Amino acid sequence: MEKTKKKKKKAQSYSSVNSKLLRRPIKRASWFFLLPMVAAFCVGFVWPFLQGLFLSFCKFKTTSDWKLIGFDNYIKAFADESFRYSFFYTALFAVVSVIFINVLAFVVAYALTQGIKGTNLFRTVFFMPNLIGGIVLGYIWSMIFDGILTAYGTSILMNSSWGFWGLIILMCWQQVGYMMIIYVAGLQAVPEDMIEAAKIDGASSAQTLFKITIPNVMPSITICMFLSLTNGFKLFDQNLALTGGLPYIINPDGTTVHTTEMLALNIYNTFYGQASTSRGVAQAKAVIFFILVACIGLVQLRSTRKKEVQQ
Amino acid sequence: MAKADRKVKPPKGKPKKIWLTILFSVVSVFYIAPVFMVLLNSFKKNTFVKTETFALPNAESWAGFDNFIKGVTFGGYPFWKSVLFSLVITLLSTFLIIFFTSMAAWYISRVNSPICKIVYYACVFSMVIPFQMVMFTLSKTAYNLKLNTPWTIPVIYLGFGAGLAVFMFTGFVKSIPLEIEEAAAIDGCGPFRTYFKVVLPMLKPTIISVAILEIMWVWNDYLLPYLVLDGTKYRTIPIHIQYLKGSYGTVDLGATMALIFMSIVPVIVFYLTCQKHIIKGVAAGAVKG
Repeated sequence: MEKTKKKKKKAQSYSSVNSKLLRRPIKRASWFFLLPMVAAFCVGFVWPFLQGLFLSFCKFKTTSDWKLIGFDNYIKAFADESFRYSFFYTALFAVVSVIFINVLAFVVAYALTQGIKGTNLFRTVFFMPNLIGGIVLGYIWSMIFDGILTAYGTSILMNSSWGFWGLIILMCWQQVGYMMIIYVAGLQAVPEDMIEAAKIDGASSAQTLFKITIPNVMPSITICMFLSLTNGFKLFDQNLALTGGLPYIINPDGTTVHTTEMLALNIYNTFYGQASTSRGVAQAKAVIFFILVACIGLVQLRSTRKKEVQQ
Repeated sequence: MAKADRKVKPPKGKPKKIWLTILFSVVSVFYIAPVFMVLLNSFKKNTFVKTETFALPNAESWAGFDNFIKGVTFGGYPFWKSVLFSLVITLLSTFLIIFFTSMAAWYISRVNSPICKIVYYACVFSMVIPFQMVMFTLSKTAYNLKLNTPWTIPVIYLGFGAGLAVFMFTGFVKSIPLEIEEAAAIDGCGPFRTYFKVVLPMLKPTIISVAILEIMWVWNDYLLPYLVLDGTKYRTIPIHIQYLKGSYGTVDLGATMALIFMSIVPVIVFYLTCQKHIIKGVAAGAVKG
């Protein structure tokens, strides 16, 4: 944390002193230094992004066969009950998982910075699930949950609240270690003398925690909150592998709602699961999803920057 | 450093700390239990995985190494092939990303022209884009440009993953004093020599951090290769596992668990050997991105 702050301060002072001696020869070699990355960036991001934005206003089956239809796709997307459902489901999931993950991660990080024996081993263990991919994680936990529930003659695919809490448990298992690493870094940067001063002044350990430690790790808390929030919103692999959106209910009007389907999976299913005529709607959903996630991300960038300036 | 300082602190309330150690030991055992469950169940016959998930394999349910042998060719697709493709894609992508984005980041922060600023902010912007936004058009673009094989898909990864890498490299390059490069220039180094002989060696810590983050991302990525690659010919490990579970009806759970276990082992070995770098890299990436 401290290091990056220092780096940023340095960066500001250096970028203004831009030496011509260096600049001209580098500029002449831009085809080598900049071009490959920019070319790949255009192929892998810029072009698909712009095309996706454009196609959300079209009726299309493939990218070359389209017809402009204005905001129809957006109207259809908002009228789609499964989309609205998955929207609120995702929001609820994101909020609940943010709370659980951050509270647990902070508690673990706090305990592991008290200098107890085996700290390194515990840290290794807690971080380990992060290395395992979402699909594999989903199947590991579906085996475990089904192992428990089979004894009662049922399965995680039968009840949507089991699916919800199952996914929360899975996400906690995966992400607590990750957030813990960030919290540990934050906790270690808390000035030792501040804590000592508080102790000398007779503050209890609870007072020290709430009045000294937590205010000092606020930047880490913001980062972790936003990270877990965007992770929650963007969740796809784990959702697909654990429940795949099941169980579903069929409405009287014939539409189906998958009760554990999150936004990303809903968009995916609209693209590839149903008839190819709904691709325009799917792209419109994706744009809405992008705006939502991008807003959270931009708020995060701003708030972390503000914190850095303040200190 | 800071952690070592903590340990020197006067051991106030020592009994409480032993109690904490015991508590965390118990929690840790539960924490790694899921991985052991996978190992345990990979030795059981198919029907017993669901009914006796938590029991040790007994004489009746013991399948020996049958599941592992079966898992290797399970689903009509050899497992080693998916390991190979995962490896090729991950290594090639990581190499491409590091090689090209570090150069671009150096160029961006040294030239600092309006175009550079546009590229930089586009990269920052791309970090917050969810994959679903571009997945359909990206897979079509990849198909049209013949980037749909394991040997060419790294270009897609370079494009889509450039954002974070450029962001991290630019942050670090800006902190390198210009005087070093100026000295190199005065001594007669052109931009190529300056970059490869002077700048690149100094980037090493960031290269490691970026490499770790990219490896973790690409190795575990499911949706991008699934949509871009031809699934009958090329499967990465996540795709292969998803295919196995996705085929309804005749899923052999024991063999699937054996496969999952085989796919976790290299990850854990990698983790235990590079643990220090991984944790550092993750912390650096999180703080910046």
